Amino acid sequence: MNLLTITILLPLVGTAALAVAPRGNTQVIKIIALVSSLVTLVSSLLMLTKYKFGVTGFQLVSSHTWFKVFNINYAVGIDGLALVLILLTTVLVPIVVVGGWNEAEGGRWSVKTFYMLILVLEMFMVAVFAATDVFLFYVIFEVMLIPVYFLIGGYGRGDRAAAALKFLLYSLFGGLLMLAAVIGIFVISIKQGPGSFDVTTLSHLKISHNTQDWLFLGFFVAFAIKAPLFPFHTWLPGAARSATPGTSILVLGVLDKVGTYGMIRFCLTLFPEATKTFAPYIIALSLASIIYGAFLAIGQKDLNSLIAFTSISHFGFIVLGIFALTSQGITGASLYMVNHGFSTAALFLVGGWMAQRRKSTQVEDFGGLQRITPVMAWCFFIAGLSALALPGLSSFVSEFLVLIGTFTRYPAAAVIGTLGIILAALYVLILVQRSLHGPLQEGNEDTPDLNWREKVAIAPVIVALVLLGFYPKPAIHLINPATSQVMVAAQSSDPTPLAGR
Amino acid sequence: MLTTPALNYNLLAPILIVLGGALLGVLVEGFIGKAYRARIQIVIALASIAAALGWVISIHNVTSQSAAVDSVSIDGGGLFMQGAILALAFVALLFFTQNDHFAPQASALPGSVEEAEAIRAGVQMTEIYPLVLFAVSGMLLFPVAHDLITLFVALEVLSIPLYIITGLARRRRLLSQEAALKYFLLGAYSSAFFLFGGAFLYGFSGSLSLGVIRTAAATPGSNHIFLFLGVLFMSVGLLFKVGAVPFHSWTPDVYQGAPTPVTGFMAACTKVAAFGAMFRIFIVGFGAIQPDWRPLFVGVAIITMAGGAIAAIVQRDVKRTLAYSSITHAGFLLAGVIALSKAGLTSMMFYLVAYGFATIGAFGIVTLVRDSTGEVNDLNRWAGLGKKSPGIATAFALFLMSFGGIPLTAGFIAKFSIFTAAYASGNIAIVVVGVLSSAIALFFYLRVVLIMFFKEPTDETVTVAVPSFLVSTGIVICFVITLVLGVYPNLLFNLANTMTTLVP
Repeated sequence: MNLLTITILLPLVGTAALAVAPRGNTQVIKIIALVSSLVTLVSSLLMLTKYKFGVTGFQLVSSHTWFKVFNINYAVGIDGLALVLILLTTVLVPIVVVGGWNEAEGGRWSVKTFYMLILVLEMFMVAVFAATDVFLFYVIFEVMLIPVYFLIGGYGRGDRAAAALKFLLYSLFGGLLMLAAVIGIFVISIKQGPGSFDVTTLSHLKISHNTQDWLFLGFFVAFAIKAPLFPFHTWLPGAARSATPGTSILVLGVLDKVGTYGMIRFCLTLFPEATKTFAPYIIALSLASIIYGAFLAIGQKDLNSLIAFTSISHFGFIVLGIFALTSQGITGASLYMVNHGFSTAALFLVGGWMAQRRKSTQVEDFGGLQRITPVMAWCFFIAGLSALALPGLSSFVSEFLVLIGTFTRYPAAAVIGTLGIILAALYVLILVQRSLHGPLQEGNEDTPDLNWREKVAIAPVIVALVLLGFYPKPAIHLINPATSQVMVAAQSSDPTPLAGR
Repeated sequence: MLTTPALNYNLLAPILIVLGGALLGVLVEGFIGKAYRARIQIVIALASIAAALGWVISIHNVTSQSAAVDSVSIDGGGLFMQGAILALAFVALLFFTQNDHFAPQASALPGSVEEAEAIRAGVQMTEIYPLVLFAVSGMLLFPVAHDLITLFVALEVLSIPLYIITGLARRRRLLSQEAALKYFLLGAYSSAFFLFGGAFLYGFSGSLSLGVIRTAAATPGSNHIFLFLGVLFMSVGLLFKVGAVPFHSWTPDVYQGAPTPVTGFMAACTKVAAFGAMFRIFIVGFGAIQPDWRPLFVGVAIITMAGGAIAAIVQRDVKRTLAYSSITHAGFLLAGVIALSKAGLTSMMFYLVAYGFATIGAFGIVTLVRDSTGEVNDLNRWAGLGKKSPGIATAFALFLMSFGGIPLTAGFIAKFSIFTAAYASGNIAIVVVGVLSSAIALFFYLRVVLIMFFKEPTDETVTVAVPSFLVSTGIVICFVITLVLGVYPNLLFNLANTMTTLVP
């Protein structure tokens, strides 16, 4: 069997093992989940060793007939972009398991169900990035919402049922629009030869301008809801407030990347002309996201909503980079997806631990933690710095690339986008000041510092943030061929730099 | 002197077996003691349906126009519908067996002394089984009927037993009887429309045969106005049976009032029969003038999809919710008729099976949620069902997800294929409205999931009855089919794809 397929199926094996495990013994269940996610990680690292760098096109491909009448295949393959996102997934899942060791305990259902849902979700997340068949992608895109729905609704806090329902309805609504577009492009492919859902075949179709616009919108709105882009973002803060930290990491860190990944993989590649038509409007929306998300983040009193709004701002940057349609922009956006995954993970992990100790998620309830819990405070500080894209931390590289890439085509947009960086400094530093510094808040005196398990969980994230900040080359090296291929498919070329302009 | 018409009994056997089973059931009512009736009736009903299904399978690749002179055409499309009706009816009947769903003595007035006596004596209405078999035989004839008289006879044979069994609910009998009366009156009107349309068509073409009507319709002439009137009136009759807006008003009342297992049977099997007949009439009979009636159907499909979905949002009763959901599904199925292509027929067949099993399973589960007075249909009292009975709640959630078209359920493949057929035939408006209606419909499907899983149980009197062996079998069959057809649709889709022949 193909290594990629094995990586997809490994979490399912873990789920099966969990299914037969005794319900009562939660330690065994957690260890099974951890081992399963680690094995998946090893398998994905093996993929990295097999991957031929600098080669364009999909690798490790595998295709089996699934639904014959419509020529639908189980077709998977990875390029550099898919690979880095799969690695992000497989790295984050064990961290979520270790970091949120006890977060399933207060849930509506058993700990066992929680980890089964997590592992099923991991399988779908790996598969969604690997799918090269549009139908397969669509199916996973929709189906992966179900475990998240139960994770939020069953194990979250506060008004979790409503948040879960809102999340699901928004996403399914977007998905249905995409379904219409998927059907549309398939019907066009029938008219121009044997019908197909293969993304490479579909990218060679000749689609009239008007049709392209509609199909593009079908895909784009679905991805914009997922990403989430202003004004489709309203489900996110509620979901982030209600979900457990682990679920939030997977939703914001990985699941939402499917939106931006889809924009690159499908919107740009399949509908190059429509992309150019809509790019200016989308750039405007992404700028609105950057500024709006940042302003709202400044005003948030709840830690999780704050992180959610910073993410809306960051997703604005990612979309900006994608639709600037320059190779630097797309590479930057792709790298940003990975970096944002790690920096959100760090924020939610440490934020979750803080909330767990304080039994509150209100920023004003913290304060003076730096003195009591130095390790936790430092970790939170570094995570915050990464969110504001401090040079030396990974987000800086990607944000910089995005802004350069944007500047060559839309100088004004780049300038406005830069405002986002300043605002980021504001919301992060205010947060840090209120929660870590200042006088010690009442009730925080006995807060314990991170234990060894939490340190083990946060260490790889911090390492990744620093490493990708100082030495992003391997990641960029992986992403670059994918970027250049997208540029070709999107029929775009970089604007010629005008010296001395 | 009359010559005896030549009948091909081999091809008519499925219908005749079921009719025979029904007649046998009537005899049983007369000659067998009360103690054994129920058990014997269920065996006869299941056996005759299984035998008929076996027979349909054995003749599945026969194409014949002369099964009963020119009145019945046996072909792939018709046989598939027959097979689907039989398979669905078999599973639906399994849910008739547990609990007392039916009035002990239909002739006794609700609340009367006679009724109380009948309850005390433990009287059971076993006539229900022969009535179901009569309805099934009508359903089997409806999609293969090839002339207007046969169509009308089949329509009546399938309808009249349904009117009766709708009124036989054991509890809330007045509601049930009201539903039966509404169903009967409106059904009678729609049958009259159907017949009236048939008269116009006869006047137009001089023949009752669909084949002759088609030839006449294809030749341009001056009195096409009678053809159009005929088509119009006939559509009313058919659209009533499938519950399309604006002929849907009976659906919620009847679905709510009828005994729940009957609702499941009716919702699934009637739709197959009616859509099978509709496809044949409109493709074979009126295919030539499709530009004239298609816009009408597009309009009906659009308001049916949207209307059903919007009306369902405010429902608080699980059976009414499922009724409005079935209206929405009738709209989706109309999209398959409008596609007027082989792909349309294939996807419609798949849709009917996928929808049918999910419907029967869902209504089957409704029969299990009870308190001391009978079924609990108020959705708010379903709160916490996921905790009380995780297996049943999960199955119900799966059926709802299939209705909603979530991937990896049969309903998704059905929806996808029928929209693809509609899109390919150029009816993009249908696809767009369909997609938006699905989004609205998802809201109330997911609300039920939310009530079951994320709400704390509020009402301790509500319990989930332990399903009997037959009922568990039924639920498992529906569950497995819904899941398997979603994950591996080839199993049924390839079969449907090879069975799309319709004799002209």
